[in-house]
Amino acid sequence: MSPSTSEPTTTDGEPWAEFRRALLDQGILLETGVDGIYGRSATYESVVEAVDALAVSAGADLGAVNLRFPPVMPWATFEKNGYLESFPDQMGSVHSFRGDEKLHAELLRRTEAHEDRGPLLDATDIVLCPAACHALYPTQSGTLPDGGRRFEIFGYCFRHEPSQDPFRMQSFRMHEFVYLGTPEGARAHRDDWITRGLDVLGRLDLEVESVVANDPFFGRPGRMLAANQRSEELKFELVVPVFSARRETAISSSNCHLDHFSRPFAILTSDGELAHSACFGFGVDRIALALLDRHGTDPSRWPAAVRGVLWP
Amino acid sequence: MTVNETIRQVVADHGRLAVPIESLADGDDLFAAGMTSHASINVMLALEDAFDFEFPEKMLKKSTFESVASISAGVAELAGT
Repeated sequence: MSPSTSEPTTTDGEPWAEFRRALLDQGILLETGVDGIYGRSATYESVVEAVDALAVSAGADLGAVNLRFPPVMPWATFEKNGYLESFPDQMGSVHSFRGDEKLHAELLRRTEAHEDRGPLLDATDIVLCPAACHALYPTQSGTLPDGGRRFEIFGYCFRHEPSQDPFRMQSFRMHEFVYLGTPEGARAHRDDWITRGLDVLGRLDLEVESVVANDPFFGRPGRMLAANQRSEELKFELVVPVFSARRETAISSSNCHLDHFSRPFAILTSDGELAHSACFGFGVDRIALALLDRHGTDPSRWPAAVRGVLWP
Repeated sequence: MTVNETIRQVVADHGRLAVPIESLADGDDLFAAGMTSHASINVMLALEDAFDFEFPEKMLKKSTFESVASISAGVAELAGT
């Protein structure tokens, strides 16, 4: 595959075209030349920070251990947690150059000529984090205390699905509340957080509702994984209508992983059984975008009640 | 090998069951016997190799692969077309 040179695509007629134009024209987001990768203005960041603070307050009573990981994680984690099996097309692998001066000259030549640079680059042992909680599980091998453990993790996530739809960023932030413990505890965490999420997002005057969902698993086998996930109601998304077309768009999700993450990393309950995990993720960038879509692109003119919740 | 024997061999090789396949009756739940969702996909792909067909989209769901009997019913349906 040749290196991507982004061709400007026609956006007229797309449901998000008008919103995108407003965000870019007003400098709220800055184009970088790659679809789904944006610079962010102070205005945009002030909304993200306020949304994030609100997300933190929604779980302040839980005593969750607060952790941060870098936006990259070991390939070894990726290999074990099944991401490569389920989402190979969304992964981001970090490559670097390990050749000699001669190959370096060739790399520069190919770059100048816009030829395929891929064969001259070597994969490193790190990948981009696809979800904020993925880096957590390898650190939790062993036996959990009675009652399990709760974590709060904020981080950058990467999904390779380039699009000009502002809601589909390739690089975005997620604030997650994770539980590790018994199967019953995991379900309870998932369900409790659907209620908490609906409550806190509803306070922003967003028309949010919870729906059964599935992850975009890869290929024909993926269709079976998606059908299983739906029939077992493992994933719920909190969705809002966006644009004048009122397209249903997920801004948070609540997921039961069963023992998907505890099995590869040998995470056990205090009874010695394989633990189950669950997470609730606030999609803070998408929540910020949903607010800009619903209340307008100038936050200083948002309804007083919404501003009061975000900037108390 | 009969169709039933082939199915049992595929499940034994790819289903990552917690118990020997011989201990299970045709109607027993394979997921209850330890087969994970990911393992069921490997079973599905191995069945497609063994019988040289492709499961249509409507059959790509858990219930198709939940027992030797349900797999047999699926194989019979595809062999008949």
